[in-house]
Amino acid sequence: MAEETRQQLNRREFFSFVTVGWVAFTAALAGLGSLVFRYTYPNVNFEPEMDFIAGFPSEYEEGVDERWKNGFGVWMVRQEGKLVALSNICTHLGCVPNWLPAELKFKCPCHGSGYYMNGINFEGPAPRPLERYKIALTPEGKIKVDKTKIYRYEKGQWDHPDSYLAV
Amino acid sequence: MSGKGFADKVRETQVWKSIFRHGPPNNARNRASVIAGNVFLHLHPIKLKKSGVQLGYTWCMGGLTFFIFLALTVTGLLLMFYYRPTAEYAYNDIIALKEHVPLGIMREIHRWGAHAMVITVWLHMFRVFMTGSYKPPREFNWGVGVILLVLTLLLSFTGYLLPWDQLAIWAIAVGSNMAKATPFLGHGGPGAALAQIGDFVLVSDKNDVRFQLLAGRFVGEPALLRFYILHCVFIPLVVGTLIAVHFWRVRKDGGISAPL
Repeated sequence: MAEETRQQLNRREFFSFVTVGWVAFTAALAGLGSLVFRYTYPNVNFEPEMDFIAGFPSEYEEGVDERWKNGFGVWMVRQEGKLVALSNICTHLGCVPNWLPAELKFKCPCHGSGYYMNGINFEGPAPRPLERYKIALTPEGKIKVDKTKIYRYEKGQWDHPDSYLAV
Repeated sequence: MSGKGFADKVRETQVWKSIFRHGPPNNARNRASVIAGNVFLHLHPIKLKKSGVQLGYTWCMGGLTFFIFLALTVTGLLLMFYYRPTAEYAYNDIIALKEHVPLGIMREIHRWGAHAMVITVWLHMFRVFMTGSYKPPREFNWGVGVILLVLTLLLSFTGYLLPWDQLAIWAIAVGSNMAKATPFLGHGGPGAALAQIGDFVLVSDKNDVRFQLLAGRFVGEPALLRFYILHCVFIPLVVGTLIAVHFWRVRKDGGISAPL
């Protein structure tokens, strides 16, 4: 009599119980893991602004202007009636080249990549030209450079009207 | 003098017995307990074949690697007393470690030790390969060893940023640009351009592996702190665990490098 009334798990019920337990445990671990993964991405970053006002176009003479290089990583290059905002990040491995006025070229000290004044690579390991940033005029006629928009020569994007200012 | 000597009396005290839980090694069972009950000895093989300790055969490069790892742990801990992983202090603290601290050679030991460990790991793997010691049943331990090699290189790489000088910053700039080129996971890598729904970019410079590594889009102070913790806590913990597994498997797989 006692045998019949006792609540007993049979073998099948026991394994289904264990399966549910393991699935729940694994799901909890996975959830925790994804939370920890998300934890490694901060919500707020105190990083430099990605756009800036670069004065009036009339301030720039023919050639390379380095005034924004240290603050924003941009060379303003005026050449052949165009003013462009050239990225100062070497396309080889991401170092910062120098402008050599005597030789009229950008030269990276790390591995020797060389670029012409217009940003086209011609020596060293650099696989492609320097990138241009979006450049536009504000309503007051000042230059606004937006580094979140990138124009790449090898993709034919240097003809895009936002990639240069006619001066 | 009769009966028991002084050493025997010490062995019978409760203090001794509470530390060493086996009897004197005067029979086979106790001799085995001496090894198995000692946290430092139990990772070692109980028996060594003669070829296993012949320097001309093993070069002792695994042992040297472990010795250097211990030396790096000790010197690294000592460096932590003076080094502050912030952009304001890091560089000057490294200078101070040489100039304002007795035994200023500690930082040099740590750095040269890191170089030496990379070399000994390579030589160890070269020896293991040339003597065929990676073959079954040791193939699992070869896999563990390869992971340990990668972690050794990562320890060197993460430590490279900590002096916060030009060399460090540009090395990490280059290294994190390699992370940027990871397939599908880095925003400059193959496959990243495909991960796009309409105008919404799934893999961008704000959510790829490079961002996770640097805690930002540029190499800055958050990257320094992150590399510091990886270098001092995270990777050493993983390495320590895997070294234990490595040694345990050396013992289980037939001892040091002997032909089976």
